[in-house]
Amino acid sequence: MRLEYFEMIDAVVRLDRTAGTIEALARVPTASPVFEGHFPGHPLVPGVLLTETMAQASGYLILAHLGFERMPFLTGVDKARFRSFVGPGATLSVSAKLEHDGSGYAVTKAAITHEGKALCDAELRFRTMPFPDGLDAPMRERAKAIGLLDLAGLSGGVAP
Amino acid sequence: MSDDPATHSATFQRVADIIAETADIERDKITPESHAIDDLGIDSLAFLDIAFAVDKAFGIKLPLERWTQEVNEGKVPAEQYFVLKNLCARIDALVAEKAAKV
Repeated sequence: MRLEYFEMIDAVVRLDRTAGTIEALARVPTASPVFEGHFPGHPLVPGVLLTETMAQASGYLILAHLGFERMPFLTGVDKARFRSFVGPGATLSVSAKLEHDGSGYAVTKAAITHEGKALCDAELRFRTMPFPDGLDAPMRERAKAIGLLDLAGLSGGVAP
Repeated sequence: MSDDPATHSATFQRVADIIAETADIERDKITPESHAIDDLGIDSLAFLDIAFAVDKAFGIKLPLERWTQEVNEGKVPAEQYFVLKNLCARIDALVAEKAAKV
């Protein structure tokens, strides 16, 4: 995770496009300015960043599901629950499932665990739109870096 | 309650319940003649929530993108999709279309 750059997902470890599921890893850095304020002397990953992590895993799942033809943008977070604390150095397991592929929108359920223990979960909603100019290439580059393109079988088939 | 048959349709009753719950609109204000946007003040984001609930309830996929494009291009008046009695007729058609494929 590069918290300051909002790069939350380090690696996609499993993708099932048929089932509409994704599993990913997010390694919390041992140090970050975020922890200086949240909280002084008692560093904890903020719930809003855990939510972003679930949203990014869901977003990559939707990107793969749609063959990188449309970009998902977060529009709603429902039923978010933060069940435990986590701090610097933790390795998080992030999972998401596509609940509904609508016309111009998608809904996922996502969760994060740490060492097998439930950390948080939520239902997330996205509007899916054509890629804004200039965004598709960096999204594909990032997806390649975290292993998504290979798992999606899109490494050679996605137009630049 | 109105004598309009559309008021009594099961589809309308279900859709009106969904709109009331999803968009926090008083149930009594929702009629078959209501325009979802102009009369009920439902914005595009809230309409996505309603579409999700309708998709789930009826086991269909409302073609929102095609509808929006047709309205934006002036091919179809918005009333054809967003006045509730018309929306319900389209939901019934989608349900029938799905049943015919099974």
